[in-house]
Amino acid sequence: MSRAHNAGRRRFLRVFGSATGALIVGLPALAWTPDQLLGQRLVRLNAYVRIEPDGTTVIGARDPEVGQGIRTAEARILAEELDADWNKVIVEPLDLGVTAVNGEPHWTLGHQIASGSTSVPAAWNDLRTVGAAARALLVGAAAARWQVPPASLRTARGVVISADGRKLGYGALAADAAKLQPASAPPALKSPSQFALVGQDTGDVDARDIVTGRQHFASDEWLGDTLVAVIARCPFPGGTLARVDDKAALQLQGVKNVMSIPAPDNNDPLGTRQLAAGVAVLATDTWTALQAVAALKIEWKRGKQAALGDDALAKAAQQAFAAAPTQVVRHDGDFAATDKHARHHFDAEYRVATVAHADLEPPSALVKIDDQSAVLIAPTQNPRAAFAVVQRLTGLDPGQIQVKLPRTGGGFGRFLESDYIAEAVLLANAVKRPIKVLWTRADAFAHDTYRPFSIHRLQACADRRRKLTGWSHHIASTSRLAGREQRARWWLSEMHPDDLPAGLLGNLDYAWYALDAALPRGTYRASSHAVNAFATECFIDEIAHTLKQDPLALRLALLGAPRKLPYRGHGGPVLDTGRLTEVLKLAADAIDWKRHHPDGHGFGLACHFTFGGYVAHAVEMSMQGSRLVIHNVVCAADIGRVVNPLGARAALAGATLDAFSTALRQSITVKDGQVQQRGYKDYPLATMAQMPHAVQVILVPSQEAPAGAFAMGFPSAAPALANAIFAGTTVRVRQLPIWPELMRLL
Amino acid sequence: MNAAATPPAAQRESHHRGEYNRRMPQVPPSHITPQPIRSGIDLTVNAKPYRHTGDPKLPLLWYLRDVLRLTGSKYACGDASCGACSVLVDGKLARACTLVMQDLAGKAIVTIEGLASADGSLHPVQQAWVDEDAILCGYCQPGWIIAAVDLLSRKPDPSDADIDGIGNLCRCGSYPRIRAAIQRAAKATQGKPK
Repeated sequence: MSRAHNAGRRRFLRVFGSATGALIVGLPALAWTPDQLLGQRLVRLNAYVRIEPDGTTVIGARDPEVGQGIRTAEARILAEELDADWNKVIVEPLDLGVTAVNGEPHWTLGHQIASGSTSVPAAWNDLRTVGAAARALLVGAAAARWQVPPASLRTARGVVISADGRKLGYGALAADAAKLQPASAPPALKSPSQFALVGQDTGDVDARDIVTGRQHFASDEWLGDTLVAVIARCPFPGGTLARVDDKAALQLQGVKNVMSIPAPDNNDPLGTRQLAAGVAVLATDTWTALQAVAALKIEWKRGKQAALGDDALAKAAQQAFAAAPTQVVRHDGDFAATDKHARHHFDAEYRVATVAHADLEPPSALVKIDDQSAVLIAPTQNPRAAFAVVQRLTGLDPGQIQVKLPRTGGGFGRFLESDYIAEAVLLANAVKRPIKVLWTRADAFAHDTYRPFSIHRLQACADRRRKLTGWSHHIASTSRLAGREQRARWWLSEMHPDDLPAGLLGNLDYAWYALDAALPRGTYRASSHAVNAFATECFIDEIAHTLKQDPLALRLALLGAPRKLPYRGHGGPVLDTGRLTEVLKLAADAIDWKRHHPDGHGFGLACHFTFGGYVAHAVEMSMQGSRLVIHNVVCAADIGRVVNPLGARAALAGATLDAFSTALRQSITVKDGQVQQRGYKDYPLATMAQMPHAVQVILVPSQEAPAGAFAMGFPSAAPALANAIFAGTTVRVRQLPIWPELMRLL
Repeated sequence: MNAAATPPAAQRESHHRGEYNRRMPQVPPSHITPQPIRSGIDLTVNAKPYRHTGDPKLPLLWYLRDVLRLTGSKYACGDASCGACSVLVDGKLARACTLVMQDLAGKAIVTIEGLASADGSLHPVQQAWVDEDAILCGYCQPGWIIAAVDLLSRKPDPSDADIDGIGNLCRCGSYPRIRAAIQRAAKATQGKPK
């Protein structure tokens, strides 16, 4: 191999190999390079596993890593059934697995999406089999070598062991094993009592690369003579370019081209095309492109529909509520009649601000396109959708399109979209050079698929014995599915018919009313669960205080005896109220709910069922002057079997703080038809000083199938905080963000 | 001055370079390419010397990322509000996105790539990050690590308030593990020379 080629390969592997990331704590640090690690004699056992003669085991991780720890969890699941020696495992991200079948894409690697905490459940279903199949091949190779029946052999930590104690490492068997035909029947899987890796803590496989700065994210890549594109986008939804003066921009040395990006075609669903019309500057480096964009003189023409701010939407919501709902989501018994004759009545309106994703890594997309092939490197949670955009805009055959899955600096739903990828493909198609579109922070705030504003009108009633007998929850919001799917389906993303307290009381109404915010909207961590749980869990707390009941006792009474309720949405088919009761009790016990609460200290609780996970939060806070201090936070979670407890605790604690941060101070506002926020200075993420020093995460030991973890820690955190604030200050904040309203009311 | 060293005027003329060269073309040594002296901004990055001859107003972040291809320093805000691009300038913490090259003449820059030893062994702060698994998405972590190195160089035994003072941003909520990593690194380095 020539030196230049070698260097190229090395860089490539460093980009996508994350090879040294598999070093585990305690191994002496070696100046390994990926080439030395991977060697030239890899034996591929299946799409996910390659083994070197020295036993080095390269496991391919198929799902996008966005900070949820999926590369680590997937490798652990596969390594468990392979009986690999974890010290010899290297985890390497796979590309999107696709081949062409009759011109149509055929997906070869199964689940490849980071959305809704589905990656671990999917991996549990099929990657165990992959690991077991590879193990069976290695056992078969040893059996042939020793001329003994395979059933007489066992494996442990990368070694096949015979009944009489002989041993052969996987590395020595890999070449033989690769020549064997896999059995036609699925291999037997381990029983949980045999697990050696699943359920044990392990650090992130990319940790070493991250702390040394070697971990490449999408925007750290270059492909040959790449031009950097920075785009000025129309700030008005649906607006177009009136005129542009690019003289000054073109005079800057290094500027190669100024091009317009047409207004999006609304026949293409939101997320599959650019979000806005724009003017792109293509330059040899980022700084030149940034300066050139600033030098453009642009006049925009406004769109037909002006962007609406939250206050305007709140007014529209009141009008919507006066008419019939867009969708009756659930109707049990007769709430109106029950309420009429009830002893106690409760009524409140909750309001949730529009928020932006604000991922630390802004959108970017690097594409290289020629007549025969396309390569895409972009932060993406949804590589198939990204692929579809490249295919649509290039017309290439599915087999000619390569989609890389770089580690991504956050996700939270923003990178489920492919609008920024469409921009890069449009430009690369036009100039026939590799293009790296880079969004600035200001771009990322001004153009997002925001979590939409919503208003929640809640009513409930209780009988003489202070038992809840009726519940009504009406939501007005802009559907995340508007612009993507038919109107009849819009409610599906906004309200889940089986979310609690549905099924717990006989008279219940859920209804949804459509708003139209004009701003693009999309999925956000835990999606509508987060906002709906805020309203529901705070309202329950209000009811408890009004009825002079302990909020824990009221919740436990409402949940009642453990039973399985049908659950039609993601996370179903059942919702086990016993599991929710359990985490609620655990959280309350851990924060010492029943102890005498110190003066000025407020305690709050909330719980929610999200995507198959049962989570409860308990919060203790106090106000010290005008400072909110969060003294204690407990997050108790039953998310089924936990593959990597260290990673799950990070995900749950992280979600808790992210939820606090979002709930306290974040909101997107509109003025003069455009989004006002342009940076973290006017969209404050919580700082370390504002956040609790620790989150106590309690994982319920479970034999149930893994449910994932990333979204689950989010929905109940904010209402628990708001309920604690009420207990500590007697101020009930019925809106997100909490902080401005709290300061107004205190 | 030795009289013999000064040739007569006529002889001087005949030795005029142009005329001499016309008669006897000189061939410079092939392994040395003559270079004009280029003025620029001299600085070191991770102990390697560089001369920047481009736009003096180029922000350090883009010099690192686009010119040197040291991409461990991240772009996230561009206005010094998040700290993802933190570097050390002459040992002091700075945010590369708002530092311009013309202010860096003679400075020694250390980036996240320059913290580990040449033999690959990690800086104690990096090791603490691995040991505490303070990662999540990882995008902001290089900036945190640089900021923590700076803090521990000033305050070997930092208080919680000192740690809070770093002020970098993390969207994923890795703050508790970052705090634990800084405390672990402080313990590991106490009593040891820097």
